[in-house]
Amino acid sequence: MSPDHVILEMRSITKEFPGVKALSDVSITVKRGEIHAICGENGAGKSTLMKVLSGVYPAGTYTGDIIYQGQNVHFKDIRSSEEAGIVIIHQELALIPELSITENIFLGNEPTKWGAIDWITAKKTALELLARVGLRDNPDTLIKNIGVGKQQLVEIAKALNKSVKVLILDEPTAALNESDSMHLLDLIRGLKGKGISSIMISHKLNEIEQVADSITIIRDGKTIETLDVVADGVNEDRIIRGMVGRSLESRFPDRTPHIGEVFFEVRDWTVQHPQIAERMVVKRSSLNVRKGEIVGIAGLMGAGRTELAMSIFGRSYGNFISGHLYKDGKEIVLRSVADAIDHGLAYVSEDRKALGLNLLDDVKRSVVSAKLSKISSGPVVNDSKEFGIAEEYRKSLRIKTPSVNAGVSKLSGGNQQKVVLAKWMFTDPDLLILDEPTRGIDVGAKYEIYGIIQQLAEQGKGVILISSELPELLGLADRIYTVFEGAITDCIPAESADPETLMKSMTSARKKVQSI
Amino acid sequence: MSENTSTRTGALGDLKKMFGSGSSNLRQFGILFSLIAIILLFQYLTDGLTLSSGNLINLVSQYSYILILAIGMVMVIIAGHIDLSVGSVAAFVGIVVATAMRDWNFPWPLAILLGLVVGMLIGAWQGAWVAYVGVPAFIVTLAGMLIFRGGNQVIGNANTVPVPDGFTIIGSGYLPEVGPNTGFNNLTLLLGLIIVLAVVASEWRARRVQKIMGSTPAPLWASIVKVVLLCAVIVYASVLFAGGRVGTSFPVSGIILGVLVLFYAFVTRNTIFGRHVYAVGGNKLAAELSGVKSRRVNFLVMMNMSILAALAGMIFVARSVASGPQDGLSWELDAIAAVFIGGAAVSGGIGTVVGSIIGGLVMAVLNNGLQLLGVGSDWVQIIKGMVLLVAVGVDVWNKSQGRPSIIGLLTRKKKTTEFPAEPPLVVPDTGTPESARPPATRPN
Repeated sequence: MSPDHVILEMRSITKEFPGVKALSDVSITVKRGEIHAICGENGAGKSTLMKVLSGVYPAGTYTGDIIYQGQNVHFKDIRSSEEAGIVIIHQELALIPELSITENIFLGNEPTKWGAIDWITAKKTALELLARVGLRDNPDTLIKNIGVGKQQLVEIAKALNKSVKVLILDEPTAALNESDSMHLLDLIRGLKGKGISSIMISHKLNEIEQVADSITIIRDGKTIETLDVVADGVNEDRIIRGMVGRSLESRFPDRTPHIGEVFFEVRDWTVQHPQIAERMVVKRSSLNVRKGEIVGIAGLMGAGRTELAMSIFGRSYGNFISGHLYKDGKEIVLRSVADAIDHGLAYVSEDRKALGLNLLDDVKRSVVSAKLSKISSGPVVNDSKEFGIAEEYRKSLRIKTPSVNAGVSKLSGGNQQKVVLAKWMFTDPDLLILDEPTRGIDVGAKYEIYGIIQQLAEQGKGVILISSELPELLGLADRIYTVFEGAITDCIPAESADPETLMKSMTSARKKVQSI
Repeated sequence: MSENTSTRTGALGDLKKMFGSGSSNLRQFGILFSLIAIILLFQYLTDGLTLSSGNLINLVSQYSYILILAIGMVMVIIAGHIDLSVGSVAAFVGIVVATAMRDWNFPWPLAILLGLVVGMLIGAWQGAWVAYVGVPAFIVTLAGMLIFRGGNQVIGNANTVPVPDGFTIIGSGYLPEVGPNTGFNNLTLLLGLIIVLAVVASEWRARRVQKIMGSTPAPLWASIVKVVLLCAVIVYASVLFAGGRVGTSFPVSGIILGVLVLFYAFVTRNTIFGRHVYAVGGNKLAAELSGVKSRRVNFLVMMNMSILAALAGMIFVARSVASGPQDGLSWELDAIAAVFIGGAAVSGGIGTVVGSIIGGLVMAVLNNGLQLLGVGSDWVQIIKGMVLLVAVGVDVWNKSQGRPSIIGLLTRKKKTTEFPAEPPLVVPDTGTPESARPPATRPN
């Protein structure tokens, strides 16, 4: 291929951290105006590679060359890479919630006139940029008042303002719902037409298959292969094979459910929004769980799934209005999280960094943190018991960490999630509520987590599985409740469920549900 | 599993292990190192005056109350708060206790109890505002700083109130002379001996625990060198303390401090409550979702601080034989500085009791040494300010470079860690024997 077509080439990039070789001899070539996907399991080195490219890891801290527009470049920080036209949009958005859309777009890059910010120009430009990304909101709206999907668009508008030539998107659709995702992908395709190259990291392989022109697969810090989507006839299975080094014919482990009788019941559960008194986020919802059963909850984002789960879990969300909980035939009242844990409930939150883990802790302390009394005599924690228990979970859940003394912040997402699961398994729960347990986790780790969930059910525990991914619910759950606007709209046995029927119940409040 | 295959080589690596591994220990090691350097520097500059019996005894009794405050303060800071009221609370309790003894004829042991109860009530008051009303501790204790400073002057009419002799023992008392006349204070020597035995025992236990936990302990020679060094320091110090002017020896306030350090180091490190303090400071939401009652933790931490402030205030009053309106002025700043020099993080979740004590000692030795050199209090303040800034600055810079400390930089591992391949937890149907996933590398 002629060099003109290549906008960016990273050659033999090697990056070491104290004790770990994160990238070894990785090379990628990005053509002008293409969408280049980078695939790999969590921990494969994708984000590290992008940090090298964007100057987060400055020149000199890695070896290898970055050839950009025909020149060997050495970025010393993010600013210098942005000036060159390489802009990274991180998984965790870097917008300031208290500032307006305009202010965010121009943050650090404010147009000035006589030394003061020229808000008229800024707003005019903002409107143009917003039009380009298809966002019709008032540019004075505060970021905190728009949804994640729109925030993502604002990030892209911000990048466009910097005359971006290479846009790096790290898991751009991870937090978006279906329609926002589609819009974003369309937008990226549109940018391609304008000559802007995009590098996209995503775990959503179906999206990659749809939009990418070429795919580089990284495994364990090494380039495995680069595929041309059209020429090589790439499909999801092909990508997975490259990522994990094996083909995954069955994406869900086999399981024969052994379902017992109903042991946990929620009746007429109603919860008020913590700030807005008139708004009920959960409305007269009833559900039940049997021993050894995996019960799915399907609903669009904002439907009240997490709110339902957290309010059951010791009223940790919103204001409790009414409703009853029954466990093993007796009514239980859970006023606090501690009550809930004592009654054998566990809740794995959807946001493991903000709600699931103390990132300052090490693995062993995290594992025992939800039930310290179990390894304590009186008020004193027994260190060696703690170590032993953490070791057990490290082995049985295959948590990849140098040792249980390592900080959890150093683990990859999948392994952090295993630590959170271990933490809740350690409390010996009878009912586990798993809220998006595989969000932002790669295919291999997902498969392992599915296995763990099934094992828990096999042990006779009840599992409530909340997920945005319908295939996941259909593959794992025995029964699926659908939620729409805070109310349960349907309850469908897995064998008669399909994505269409689920989606219908998730988007309309048709039926009154009878427990089955 | 046979642990990671990382190998550490070199004498510095062993040196690091000698003082424990793990980033927090390393940071403490760095501060300890600075403390020793400062002591040696002043020992040289003052022609041996710094490490003389009289000066050491003076140093302990003069700074014990600041160090007691630092113990409470580090817990407050770990939980993510701050307490600006400690100096005023100390002064308030001091005047209440002094007045109780003078005007209401309280016997001194009862007066001490009264002081602790008053401290507890003040702490409960402030803790309730912080934990249950949700007012930031900065504001609550800023208010407390004004309220209790004023309270001191209301009760004492802005005058000085003397305290009786019996009471002064907690501030200016020493270990008594017992047994044969050896030319030294026998109890102080005995204390030193007990500490030596404790050090040996704890090192022995630590090695055993390390073995149980499967981590490779430092080589035996390193342990021996460490213990011998520590014991030499303790013996030297106890001889110095025991060989002071007749009638003086190790101060009672130093013993109170020592007991408190042991107790609180244990509480923060080894108890459920201690874990909860770190959890609330590290990530309050995650802690709450793990069943931690964060309000109660915050309440107790604030209350504990005021109790310790009350104790510190009484020790100060006992030392200066009277309670006055200017007592405890700017103590909060010294205590906070000690905690941050000792490696705590402003954002909470990080810090240790022992680190804060070492941080406090750095400030104390500096203060004392400069005074011995005849440096004016104006310059002492400037130097102390710079030390605080540089100490925390170096720490922050090191952290931003991904290294725990200067020592960490020197002892950085050269070899890479690799995880051994393990068989998959659940083997997919089509999994072939060679499909076990290869070792992972660093997460990104």
